Amino acid sequence: MRTIIVGCGRVGAGLAGQLARDGHEVTVLDQTTEAFRRLAPDFPGQALRGDGTDESVLRRAGAAGADWFLALTNGDNRNILAAQLASETFGIQYVLCKINDPVRAQAYATLGVHTIDRTMMMIDSIGRFMGRPAMPGAADVRRAAVQPVAAPVPPPGHGELPAAGPPAEGAEPPGPGDGRTGGR
Amino acid sequence: MDGLEGGDVFVIVVGGGRVGFYLTKELLAEGHELVLMEKDPRSAERLRDELGAVVVNRDGCEGTHLAEAGANRASIVAAVTGDDADNLVVCQMAKHHFDVPRTIARVNNPRNEILFRHLGVDEIISPTRMVLAAIEQDIPVHELLHLAQLEGGELELIEAQIADDSPAIGRRPADIELPEGCALFVLIRDDKAQSMRPDTVFQAGDKVIAVSRTECETDLHRQLIGAAHEIAGA
Repeated sequence: MRTIIVGCGRVGAGLAGQLARDGHEVTVLDQTTEAFRRLAPDFPGQALRGDGTDESVLRRAGAAGADWFLALTNGDNRNILAAQLASETFGIQYVLCKINDPVRAQAYATLGVHTIDRTMMMIDSIGRFMGRPAMPGAADVRRAAVQPVAAPVPPPGHGELPAAGPPAEGAEPPGPGDGRTGGR
Repeated sequence: MDGLEGGDVFVIVVGGGRVGFYLTKELLAEGHELVLMEKDPRSAERLRDELGAVVVNRDGCEGTHLAEAGANRASIVAAVTGDDADNLVVCQMAKHHFDVPRTIARVNNPRNEILFRHLGVDEIISPTRMVLAAIEQDIPVHELLHLAQLEGGELELIEAQIADDSPAIGRRPADIELPEGCALFVLIRDDKAQSMRPDTVFQAGDKVIAVSRTECETDLHRQLIGAAHEIAGA
């Protein structure tokens, strides 16, 4: 499983380590080499300095032929551009885009991009901690219910990906009780 | 500005850099209704001193801000910030969220042009491309690159870039009629070198390192770069 992660922040670096341990061939991209300090010293994957919204950089990172692409920088718009490059230009099947602005997240989910929205995740987590009812789907990767193409089948054998697998067609989103991902 | 007859079009310009500033000035002079969105408060204030109340300190990537600016009745949204990602998002939000009939994006990285078009941006303005086009008229880029001379100048080590219109695309080394005394040597693809194999199929973007007798260069050029560029490459 070839996986490209754009943005070596806490989430990107943490996920890179986990996925690499699972056996993914991981390439992490960031614009600063400083960011790679977050990777464990024994990180077996590749760390590449470069702009993840630049087609030639992505090509160098092996985007052609990658199975997973996770856009996890701090910039919503950079993630949106990177994610669409990944799916449209490189034809990567499983593309995830972090968008922290809920309005934009909703808009792009409607456009068929798999989005994850930290803002709603945290509002949901904190709300539940305070005894409020869970917000359905807030902690999940979202995409429009009406999808322009058939939903891809998640690749097998990597159970360590909470809610990251694109939902199978017709599958119910995981219940509120599963939404324990909103920690950060 | 063909087709804008003044008065009844409403334009939203996003990004108050130099392009946004002069664009706004010109459009105002032509009598168009207009809003200029600039997200940086300092820049917005400076722009307001110059251009007046048409400047709003709002982020054109934010759905709520676009709505405030009147995106649902805009005829044109022009995203001219210096950031390609921002410009793409402005146009996509305008198009898909507010049904703006015409979106225009400034694209700084020429490689984003195709993607932006594919994603529904109606018009692409690429300053980089414009300057590049002006330069390319003067400097032929479809050339063989001479890397080194060998054997006292009888042989040359040459690099050929396989462009989108190269006749070599889709062909194997054996399909290419090379002049005698000429050998294709190494293939560079995705920044990696590989030796030329019988089953190699040339693609656009490949670089081919060849060794050639000096007088065979024209043939090599024709095979790898294409006859169309012969004058430019001469």
